[in-house]
Amino acid sequence: MKTTKLFMSAAVVATLFFAGCSPKDGDIEKAVKAKEASEVSVAVAKGEVTLTGEVADDAEKAKAEVIAKAEKGVKSVVNNLTVKSVMPVVIAEDATLIKNVADAAKDFPTVQTSVKDGVVTLKGEINKSSLVKLMQQLSVLKPKKIDNQLTVK
Amino acid sequence: MALQDKYKALTDAATAAGISDLAVREQDGVLYIDGTAADGATKDHLWDVYNQIDPNFAAGDLVLNVNVAVDAAVTQAKVITESSNLNIRKGPGTDQPIVGKAAHDEVITVVNKSNDLWWLVRTNDGEEGYCYAKYLEPQA
Repeated sequence: MKTTKLFMSAAVVATLFFAGCSPKDGDIEKAVKAKEASEVSVAVAKGEVTLTGEVADDAEKAKAEVIAKAEKGVKSVVNNLTVKSVMPVVIAEDATLIKNVADAAKDFPTVQTSVKDGVVTLKGEINKSSLVKLMQQLSVLKPKKIDNQLTVK
Repeated sequence: MALQDKYKALTDAATAAGISDLAVREQDGVLYIDGTAADGATKDHLWDVYNQIDPNFAAGDLVLNVNVAVDAAVTQAKVITESSNLNIRKGPGTDQPIVGKAAHDEVITVVNKSNDLWWLVRTNDGEEGYCYAKYLEPQA
């Protein structure tokens, strides 16, 4: 009876020992997932971690790999994360902008507009509800900046 | 980064509202936010948030370029001028001659929306030309 108990506890200790040495894939996956950003997907097979998903920049991508590598039981990391491509800022040409600003401002007779190097300057006065409409219309014309010097009535 | 912090409530609102193709970039002291809203109410909500951060839009450090998605299948639009008639012009631009008018609240046919700002339309009288798209409300 005593020997059986001894054997059983030995078996339990051995299991814990081996499990401690090399955690199961599922456990590694859980542990890594808990430390990674929410947009990073984690898959583990035989100690090899594969990271997928889209992150904001290269630093985030590198950081995710460091986190995965630091986890106990991880043998290697395949970093398949992609970096979000950032759309460059498009600024309209002055000629196009001048024409489009004139079209947009036509129905706001109390506003004087000028355009130079992509900057739309607004002078004069306007009431609040019209200001929002005018700003909305000008903002879609791809100006570099809207310099609003209007007096709001 | 400072501008992204200043307008964080706005970019958060844009993300929460499900703005598609959302892009936020800072360049030469101006923050550019681009994207497409599902409807006009969503766009107006973002402008409310913008107005709370920068009352009367006087700071000149943000270009909020959010368009409302237009269903390609739309062929009818209502004239939503304040009260006046809407000019129909020969070409896309206020420098173009006026070839007709559409009445306030009139529903007209949209022929072509390839130009974001000026839509090619046809009135019920058969007059055809370009109208400023801001004064046209797509009809389902």
